[in-house]
Amino acid sequence: MATEDRTITPFPTGLWSQPQPSVPPLGADEPVQRIRVPASLRYRYNPGTATTRFLRGLQDKKIEGEACPSTGDVYVPPRGMSPTVGLPTTEQVEVGPNGTVSAFCVVHIGFGVNAPPTPFVSALILPDGGAVSLYGTILEIPIEQVRIGMRVEPVWVADDQLSTSFQNITHWRPIDEPDVAPELLKGHM
Amino acid sequence: MRDVAIVSVAQTHHRRRVDELNEVELIQPVIHEALEGAGVTIRDIGFVCSGSSDYLAGQAFSFVMTLDAVGAWPPIQESHVEMDGAWALYEAWLKIQAGHADSALVYSYSKASPGDLPRVLSRQLDPYYYGPLWPDSVALAGLQAREMIDAGLIDEKEMAQIAHRNRTNAESNPFAQVKGSAPVDELLAQPFLSDPLRRHDAPPISDGGVAVVLAADDVARRWAERPAWIRGIDHRTDSHQFGSRDLTTSPSLALAAEKAGATGSFDVAELHAPFTHQERIATEALGLGADVDVNPSGGPLAANPMMAAGLLRLGEVANRIMAGTAGRGVATATSGHCLQQNLVAVLEGEK
Repeated sequence: MATEDRTITPFPTGLWSQPQPSVPPLGADEPVQRIRVPASLRYRYNPGTATTRFLRGLQDKKIEGEACPSTGDVYVPPRGMSPTVGLPTTEQVEVGPNGTVSAFCVVHIGFGVNAPPTPFVSALILPDGGAVSLYGTILEIPIEQVRIGMRVEPVWVADDQLSTSFQNITHWRPIDEPDVAPELLKGHM
Repeated sequence: MRDVAIVSVAQTHHRRRVDELNEVELIQPVIHEALEGAGVTIRDIGFVCSGSSDYLAGQAFSFVMTLDAVGAWPPIQESHVEMDGAWALYEAWLKIQAGHADSALVYSYSKASPGDLPRVLSRQLDPYYYGPLWPDSVALAGLQAREMIDAGLIDEKEMAQIAHRNRTNAESNPFAQVKGSAPVDELLAQPFLSDPLRRHDAPPISDGGVAVVLAADDVARRWAERPAWIRGIDHRTDSHQFGSRDLTTSPSLALAAEKAGATGSFDVAELHAPFTHQERIATEALGLGADVDVNPSGGPLAANPMMAAGLLRLGEVANRIMAGTAGRGVATATSGHCLQQNLVAVLEGEK
């Protein structure tokens, strides 16, 4: 990996200065450099009423958001509240499944067990009818052709693999539709 | 100093496990009930502060999602403490004292049910010496109770009497989780949970929350018929290393009480002393006489939602002052193991 194109600006002198330690010398003892303290906690996580409805929908290949009772904006995945007005969302609205790329980046350093081979495109995808974007990866297109406004569809796992999980959508891929003008994505990025 | 009062309080019906709701769904009705109690909306509120813990939610930055319950658009002035809501109230009180707001919404909540609470609480310990040993919160409270018994400051019968009194009080609290108690002799016949603690000596594990509206001066008088004025508030801490503390006392609680002006007579005291023997430490530190009605709500032995149980104590005292059934009261909130860190508030109605 090329390192010469990553110059590091030194911090001004003194910015990270440390006071001299006042600990007495250890003498002949080797200082302890580190200790390992493994810690793990187990949780039985409950997603709540609205997110449960969302996850059940995914099992049927439906992307279900919930509408703000005041503005009508459809939030997805729903958490049960309209974050702008603080009121419960009670009306379920199916969105997508197709959507529009509202932002993306090209990932060169992959992480996570399910990450595709690098480089790949991570994107925010505004599902049709939704007010907020979903996160996903975009495959089946050269990365230099990915653009804001591009129309995409979800690619689902095989029917016998469907579960109540967002992992049901393996990735998104382009569809043959005209791009959406970026101005129309304003407020949904 | 500005006069600042609690003008509205709302809380959940505390339960062992609220499976069907996430945290934002749990606290939203409470937040809105507190606002409605003051006859206001979030647009009228100058500052919002919440208390919660990612270790309980099992999720990083969990409080940000709960903000969805507030209605934070257009943007609001907001802050959060990874502490009991009583400390969120303290921050809001400072904000109002500084003149940056005339009112505040304070809320706190937790679902302890997704995790193993006593084990989660062991993560409050330092990571080098005690943390790796995983002593849980009940075992540490047991050490404290043992020290008190050995010092002749309390006995198991008195501890059972404290449990009995609190949970009998809880029978009139519609929000309480554990109501009513077997007679003291039956309690003492039960096996140990963590010797010398029996099950009745420990607080329940709760899912729940509380919300409070604060207001200053004339705003408070407009928003409540009889505001519960905060006459003094202070918080102090003892050493994090419980091995270096005298666990039979709580100097931080006594000092906070002194600085908050918690002297003289009180009609009511709501003490956040989650284990029975800790109520004795708290009444000693505050110098409360036998005439004071201690924990008429049932206290944390009746419902102990982490991060909320301390703010609930202030809310319970405020409710009684706002209802006119009490003139002056004291509330405490605690954090850490064995009453390590404590907040004291003195509340008073209009003379």
